[in-house]
Amino acid sequence: MQETIVGAINDALHTEMATDEQVVVFGEDVAESGGVFRATDGLKDRFGGERVTDTPLSEIAIVGGAVGLAMYGYRPVAEIQFSGFLPPAFDQLVTQASRIRWRTRGEWTAPLVVRTPYGAGVNALEHHSESLEGAYGHIPGLKVVVPSTPHDAKGLLIAAIRDPDPVLFLEPKHIYRSFSGDLPEDSYEEPIGKAAVRRTGSELTVISWGAMMEPTIAAVENYGVDAEIIDLRTISPLDHKTVVESVKRTGRAMIVHEAARTGGFGSELVARINDDALMYLEAPVERVTGFDIPVPLLSMEDYYLPNPPRIEEGIRRVLDY
Amino acid sequence: MNNDHKLVASVGADQGRISQENLEIGLFQILAPDGSYNSEAVPSLDDDAFRELYRWMLVERTFDKRMVKLQRRGQIGTFGSGRGQEASIIGSGYALKDDDWLLGMGREAGAMFLQGLPIRDLILFWRGLEDANREMAKHNQMIAISIGSHLPLVTGTAWGMKLADEDNVVTAYFGDGASSTGAVHEAVNFAGVLDVPAVFFCQNNQYAISTPFEKQTNARSVAQRAIGYGINGIRVDGNDVLAVYEAVSEARKAARAGNPTLVESVTYRRDAHTTSDDPGRYRNESEVEQWQERDPIARYESFLRSEGLWSEIDRETLVEEINDEFDAALAAADEYEQRSVDEIFEYLYDELPPYLQRQLVEFKAFLEERPDAYDHIEQRVKG
Ligand SMILES: Cc1ncc(C[n+]2csc(CCOP(=O)(O)OP(=O)(O)O)c2C)c(N)n1
Repeated sequence: MQETIVGAINDALHTEMATDEQVVVFGEDVAESGGVFRATDGLKDRFGGERVTDTPLSEIAIVGGAVGLAMYGYRPVAEIQFSGFLPPAFDQLVTQASRIRWRTRGEWTAPLVVRTPYGAGVNALEHHSESLEGAYGHIPGLKVVVPSTPHDAKGLLIAAIRDPDPVLFLEPKHIYRSFSGDLPEDSYEEPIGKAAVRRTGSELTVISWGAMMEPTIAAVENYGVDAEIIDLRTISPLDHKTVVESVKRTGRAMIVHEAARTGGFGSELVARINDDALMYLEAPVERVTGFDIPVPLLSMEDYYLPNPPRIEEGIRRVLDY
Repeated sequence: MNNDHKLVASVGADQGRISQENLEIGLFQILAPDGSYNSEAVPSLDDDAFRELYRWMLVERTFDKRMVKLQRRGQIGTFGSGRGQEASIIGSGYALKDDDWLLGMGREAGAMFLQGLPIRDLILFWRGLEDANREMAKHNQMIAISIGSHLPLVTGTAWGMKLADEDNVVTAYFGDGASSTGAVHEAVNFAGVLDVPAVFFCQNNQYAISTPFEKQTNARSVAQRAIGYGINGIRVDGNDVLAVYEAVSEARKAARAGNPTLVESVTYRRDAHTTSDDPGRYRNESEVEQWQERDPIARYESFLRSEGLWSEIDRETLVEEINDEFDAALAAADEYEQRSVDEIFEYLYDELPPYLQRQLVEFKAFLEERPDAYDHIEQRVKG
């Protein structure tokens, strides 16, 4: 069947809730109304109010509550309505979720999923557009996943729910409905911690993820470079091997992300490439990213986002070095 | 050591226990839904003020109506209407003074206009222009989109007013949903400890997007929480403009005397949560109709009639005037000066650091060299 990314997420939740009775879904407006993006549509009707719950407007308690449920043996899938509202619960991720297994020496674990739409490009209000994957990727003990296709969205979400550790699942809301892709009807997992090679090539390695995959692929095609395109899919733990081996082959690398530049996840990738592929590089690793400013309000937000021409200029710089 | 802290067991009627039943939650009201009122309780305002209150409620209603229309035509972004909450918004706003501070959440347009914010700038805000916030700040106002996140700032600014020995107050506008956030609990509790001039004005409009108040909290009211925070609370009929005015005036007076107060204004949001929301998924029409019968403007009209003030009011002319004002504000918003990318880099720091300066310079050069970038930049409405 053909599905959008948000449709694939909805399908993954239906599939996994039907498979595993321990899975419970909760968050603001997820039950009665099916979520502001309809990602949890139909779950309450099918699985009932005990397993699909509308919560008060309490991000700290939503994430902390998920930790408690998970310690007790449930498989909570909590929704934070927009990733810009996750920061109040950052404390629960850092202080609790990521450390339960470590603190209790494996006696207890916190196999939870926090799903949240992230990223700019939907003309929303303040705090509705940020990409903070770099900050979350910095937390030891937390896994951070960002799908970019319907197929991956379903397979990765199912894998995240089954994962024995806490997973932050960042959904690229800008492309929630912008295209459809093939979606297997059955249940399947895509491995967490494994990048996907979207296109093979020999002149340049381009690394991106989430909503930036689309403009990245468009720019490579428009430029006409024989580039290898890697969709990271998981920020943490990082598929270091796929990245480094590709860069060793092509000798040139470029990273595209919409998050602000300084301390963004691109910085970590540059460091990894320097660590293990420095002698193979024919040019410095190029980064095309958001600027070091808050994502602008809606009238100017498109100026912030990397677009195909900006990515093409980046490609030119790496090739012309 | 002082013995006051000693525990004494089983004292008092409930022997040290308290439950929801102990908190009788009434509703402060002056104007009943049927239009009758207790003349003793009517606030001592002059006739002009009574008429002004009416006009301001029409401003709120007209603004909300026009903004929803603009959104439908793609001339602003998402918009949150305050229709149904006119008495709550105007009654409270009318009780504030120009140099009071108002930190809000976006559903209190009329209260912001009352403090002098031009309509133009609120249109610009919903169009997503950073500059709109500058004008708000000039009027001691700010809107917090992260729900509840502004209440700690309210406590802090009020603390500043106390330290500076000022006569004004800080008012927080927030919703019933916001009252569930951690930030709100910390802020109100802290304000109580500090004895600062803060008014916490919660508009309980019954829903936080799709979540009804009964699912927001197991408490019977927001106002009762004041007791737990160690401050006073007032629960007021939010569709009664006179009662809201009186309640917030009282709260303001108490705040200035160092007693922060939590006011819960019980009202109803008749429009969708925002223009992106479909309320048909979570509430039924009969409920909306019931609240329509408690329309705050109609209720106040009957008061004006009884007081003999209605004969001097021509509703249609008033609405026409307000529409003209809105037209002028919209024209001014459309004419808002030429934009440039500098504006999104400005004001992040007092001085633009060199690396950011470089990002800006390079970006401008890029836009010159690659005009095709504009194919990926949506051309927004002017302004
Ligand atoms: C911290 C946070 N979480 C979630 C949201 C998304 N959101 C926007 S408005 C809203 C409901 C707010 O309800 P309430 O506080 O009662 O105010 P109302 O909109 O009803 O006036 C939600 C959940 C947000 N803006 N901020």
